[in-house]
Amino acid sequence: MYTAAVFLPLLGSIIAGLFGRQIGDRGAQVVTSALLGVSALLSVAIFLAVAVDGHGTTITLLQWMESGSLDIKWALRFDSLTAVMMIVVTWVSFMVHVYSIGYMSHDHSIPRFMSYLSLFTFAMLMLVTADNLVQLFFGWEGVGVASYLLIGFWYEKPSACAAAIKAFVVNRVGDFGFALGIFGTFLVFDSVSFDTIFRAAPQHANDVVHWFGTDWHAMTVVCLLLFVGAMGKSAQLGLHTWLPDAMEGPTPVSALIHAATMVTAGVFMVARMSPLFELSDTALGVVTVIGAFTAFFAATVGLVQNDIKRIIAYSTCSQLGYMFFALGVSAYQAGIFHLFTHAFFKALLFLGAGSVIHALSDEQDIRKMGGVFKHIPLTGGLMYVGSLALAGIPPFAGYFSKDMILEAAYASGTPAGTLAFWLGIGAAFMTAFYSWRLLVLVFHGKPRADEHVMAHVHESPLVMTLPLAVLALGAVFAGMSFSDMFVGHEQAHFWNGAIATLHPTLENAHHVPSWVPLLPTVMGVSGIVLAYVLYLFMPSVPRMLAATFSGAYQFLLNKWYFDELYDFLFVKPAFAFGKAFWKGGDGALIDGVGPDGVASASRVIAAQMSRLQSGYVYHYAFAMIVGVAAFVTWYMIKMG
Amino acid sequence: MAIGLAHYLTVAAALFTIGIFGIFLNRKNVIIILMSVELMLLAVNVNFVAFSAHLGDLVGQVFTMFVLTVAAAEAAIGLAIVVCFFRNKGTIAVEDISQMKG
Repeated sequence: MYTAAVFLPLLGSIIAGLFGRQIGDRGAQVVTSALLGVSALLSVAIFLAVAVDGHGTTITLLQWMESGSLDIKWALRFDSLTAVMMIVVTWVSFMVHVYSIGYMSHDHSIPRFMSYLSLFTFAMLMLVTADNLVQLFFGWEGVGVASYLLIGFWYEKPSACAAAIKAFVVNRVGDFGFALGIFGTFLVFDSVSFDTIFRAAPQHANDVVHWFGTDWHAMTVVCLLLFVGAMGKSAQLGLHTWLPDAMEGPTPVSALIHAATMVTAGVFMVARMSPLFELSDTALGVVTVIGAFTAFFAATVGLVQNDIKRIIAYSTCSQLGYMFFALGVSAYQAGIFHLFTHAFFKALLFLGAGSVIHALSDEQDIRKMGGVFKHIPLTGGLMYVGSLALAGIPPFAGYFSKDMILEAAYASGTPAGTLAFWLGIGAAFMTAFYSWRLLVLVFHGKPRADEHVMAHVHESPLVMTLPLAVLALGAVFAGMSFSDMFVGHEQAHFWNGAIATLHPTLENAHHVPSWVPLLPTVMGVSGIVLAYVLYLFMPSVPRMLAATFSGAYQFLLNKWYFDELYDFLFVKPAFAFGKAFWKGGDGALIDGVGPDGVASASRVIAAQMSRLQSGYVYHYAFAMIVGVAAFVTWYMIKMG
Repeated sequence: MAIGLAHYLTVAAALFTIGIFGIFLNRKNVIIILMSVELMLLAVNVNFVAFSAHLGDLVGQVFTMFVLTVAAAEAAIGLAIVVCFFRNKGTIAVEDISQMKG
């Protein structure tokens, strides 16, 4: 059961990928979806056995590497953290598979798409079930590859190819840190297996590593390096630039990979490594601050974007920031809880956005939408559910997790935690605002699309709306049903040692002043009201504001000029470097001296030599005579 | 003044040098090249005979006979080549003969 749950998606991927021509589009859809459905059901059983009943287990599959004290096995580790992630991954993936049957029905390489989706799911399952850091890295890179393939799925679009490469390259930066973190872990613990590391962690709490002649606190170095990896994968401030561009991929991909699962891998990894992170207050502080700034930054950018998918992408980025500062204040449970609820409502929002795009003949600009609620009420209603959950309005799922995070940040009492709390409150307000800006501009007001498009507006088929409905159930109930288990009084029993905490933040979070839990909701509601006022009743005001504060507006619209900055700092110099080495190093030096040099030298010398061959008989005769004279002279001198 | 070996050798060297210069200062005619070659052979013959008389060894004079024979044959062949060449090319000017130019 355990192994099957992980490997069935791989089987589906292989069948759809290699035999797509034989089994056809329909066959590929059925095979991958069915296998993933089975995997999803199995993961429910696993969740019940592992997380609810508390029977965690590790299944060793194969020996992978053995070299000195480095001993790596392929093993599947099932504990509560894995079980939660498996539920998220398999169910969202299953819904996305089903949704893709409808959404991608007009595409001409359906088997390839389904195969990539299943491959991604397999890699993600490998990631969450990993028993050691190297296996985690395998899954980590696997999802990176799948993400690359899916962002660039429409490879005939240059923008999609560029986005795919950008995602891959930016992730490389993070992965470099992650790899160094793994090396560091091995250096400190002489092992990469989680069990060994976690058991030995307390003894290494005060280890130092020597580096450049200085002593560094080992745990801080290792954790910060691992966190760089998490930043890349989870699009945290600094390495976030790939995520909005990744929206070039098909919408189901955005829902699955760039909202619900892959981007949360960083959160999962930090939670998984909690026994290490707990030992370094510095690392935790960095995680908190980066998370908080990401939450705030992405929310500000989300306010002014006009592409429906980009708004939701920045919202994802912002919510990932929430998860990270929850981790940073040692409320890992709250972070994972938000991951869990966020997966449902963000996948719902993305798939809903896909449904809207589908209905409006592939229009993505919300300025060209409007007034379509009465045409697509089901999609509209489900989008409302998702947005309510995102904005943290009780009793929707987001309310429970986001409130818990903000309470934990407040309760942590550290300066970083307090900063995170206030930035989080600000982000909560903006989250509600931009969500409702999106909803109002898309669904209400006067239609801004032309009549041709409006005439074709239609509700999506059942195969697309059904997954939306299932995810909506999650968006409504995931919070209230699981709150006690994840972060309430049953949490110690539920997590069963999968997460280590030395700081009692989560405990304290239940005893904060009464205004703290109230504030996010108040901010959320006021954000919603403001968005209604500005965009539904006074639609001229936003334009006026944008004109008045055009500097700030442009700053946000251009995403704080991060892309331009990176272009200036890294991309241009990299190109210049490349060009210098290409033209100067390779072209001029190596080719110039090497192949080209030798060739041209022999050409020149041959040309000189051929000029000696004048063809006149007397020249040859003269040469002979000179030669004879030389010989004779030499002979005579030698003979004395 | 007695005519000694040195005089003979000087004449031979002068003839030889004239022959050499005849070969590569000449721009006009292939026949002059042939004549220059003959001249050089004769210079060599003079040397042979002079040394033969000086050393009292007849081999040098015998060798001269051979050289004369070969020179006669060579002149015949050379002239035959020149005639053939003229028939084919219509010229025997040295400047025009440069087919071996690289």
